[in-house]
Amino acid sequence: MAENESTGFTRRHFLTVATLVTGGAGAIATAVPFVSSFKPSARAQALGAPVEVDVSKLESGALLKVEWRGRPIYILNRTEEMLGTLGKDVALLKDPASEKSVQPSYATNEHRSIRPAFLVLEGVCTHLGCAPMPRFEVAAADLGAEWPGGFYCPCHGSKFDLAGRVFDGVPAPTNLTVPPYRYVNDNTILIGSDTGNS
Amino acid sequence: MASTEADVFDRLGRGFRALGAWIDDRFPMTKLIKEHATEYYASKNFNVWYGFGIIATFVLVLQLVTGIFLTMNYKPSADDAFASVEYIMRDVDWGWLIRYLHSTGASAFFIVVYLHMFRGLLYGSYKKPRELVWIIGMFIYLCLMAEAFFGYLLPWGNMSYWGAQVIVSLFGAVPFIGNDLAEWIRGDFYISDITLNRFFAFHVIAVPLMLVLLVVVHIMALHEVGSNNPDGIEIKEHKGPNGKPIDGVAFHPYHTSKDLVIVIVFLILFSAVVFFAPDMGGYFLEHANFEPANPLQTPEHIAPVWYFTPFYAMLRAVPNKLLGVFLMGAGVLLPFFLPWLDRCRVKSIRYRSWIYKLALGLFAVSFIALGYLGLQFPSDPVVFFCRVFTTLYFAFFLLMPFYTRIEKTKPVPTRVTP
Repeated sequence: MAENESTGFTRRHFLTVATLVTGGAGAIATAVPFVSSFKPSARAQALGAPVEVDVSKLESGALLKVEWRGRPIYILNRTEEMLGTLGKDVALLKDPASEKSVQPSYATNEHRSIRPAFLVLEGVCTHLGCAPMPRFEVAAADLGAEWPGGFYCPCHGSKFDLAGRVFDGVPAPTNLTVPPYRYVNDNTILIGSDTGNS
Repeated sequence: MASTEADVFDRLGRGFRALGAWIDDRFPMTKLIKEHATEYYASKNFNVWYGFGIIATFVLVLQLVTGIFLTMNYKPSADDAFASVEYIMRDVDWGWLIRYLHSTGASAFFIVVYLHMFRGLLYGSYKKPRELVWIIGMFIYLCLMAEAFFGYLLPWGNMSYWGAQVIVSLFGAVPFIGNDLAEWIRGDFYISDITLNRFFAFHVIAVPLMLVLLVVVHIMALHEVGSNNPDGIEIKEHKGPNGKPIDGVAFHPYHTSKDLVIVIVFLILFSAVVFFAPDMGGYFLEHANFEPANPLQTPEHIAPVWYFTPFYAMLRAVPNKLLGVFLMGAGVLLPFFLPWLDRCRVKSIRYRSWIYKLALGLFAVSFIALGYLGLQFPSDPVVFFCRVFTTLYFAFFLLMPFYTRIEKTKPVPTRVTP
């Protein structure tokens, strides 16, 4: 008796389910081109290609700002005194060893760079993307007696030292990001790629 | 027989009536007019708080009309946008007026909508049976925020640019997919021409369409349940022999003629701002926005326009980025749940206890204080007060199920009071 009992599932049910599933799959597939059209276009990606920077004329202690992917890239030629501060301010920092921060492996060191003198950073605050300002004067009046010189974000007061390492107790979560870069030759840095060309 | 003047008008009247009947056979014109105007009964004891809905509708129309005319001369590209706005201001006949009406209209919209929402809090307009009216209204508010945010990028000033940069990067705080999500929204690795172009599309067509649709749905839902009133009682419960609520008067002509006065008073204040202080000392149009966008130069101090600052202050109250973004989102979304957070059966503040009066007072003070703090440079005392008022803001909602349950309310009248 139980074997012969109807499940109630009819041809009409089957066709309804089959139509809904097929139609649903079609609707999802149709959404793909629309959602994908929002991604960076081929032109946007091409314009985001790496840039070459000549640093031979960058004096010791001077900062050069260049643009890559619309982001300010800071290149700082650090003096010996500036490099000297990096070992002393460790107690003030949130992530002194750059363990939680974004940088290529070749910049995961105390000076956060390939060559100690040349610091290459994205000038984009890791809090909300403002551009931190260079504030190199030691113990600046508004930044406190312990200020070793570094970068200060005017938006929400985040502070970074001369290796772009973030201070404790400010809103930025991590150190300033080091973009991928490499030395094409002694005087030229390629920003945006550590393998390719511009 | 020469026809008299009365005969001519009589024949004209017959013609109109025939035309009306012809339309009514094909479209429910008379039915709609009756349902939504001449036989829609709203309480006769409305006070000034009940004028902000009509003003909001008026401002919506103003924004749509001025927006369409701005679109005729604006160019949504990174190279031309800033210059085209200057062109509208200087070279287009009356262009400055159309733009100032639109930019002042944006701030006016938020002032009016905030007051409209506060009216809901005063008289319990979100309570049963008006939960959906409130929720649809909250969706309108979200759309309005999106509309304002997208629109603010269009002049392509430096504050436009960095404001958008800050807000889009909020999405970057989402775990795992954050960066891809922000890139997807921008369509580029930074706020660029591509971003401007799509924000323009959202601002002039996608969001306004939704906004208008939601406003229609908001009014339909309201007319289904009927308007609340300052006594928070249901006028439908006392009907006269003709089946109409005794305490109600028809929306048209009674409420409409009063609303006309309200709109005129609004227009007097609005015009004063448009003509004498269109930038409102940097609050309606921020000074840094008179410079073109520059991706390499952050303005000295980035603050969103005033209507976003209460939530921006919540973001700044927390030193943790992800938590800050979460708190800000929660701050915006919590009012959605108001109909179920409030356990008190009495609607109007007139008959509620001192507990709710105190809570609502603290809430209003917190909201205004957060709005002020969100505009300030984030020094230590500012951050401290951000924390205090953020706590109060959240306490208003999260503790509501508890303090509204123990309220000792006053007796509610059965008929509206004058």
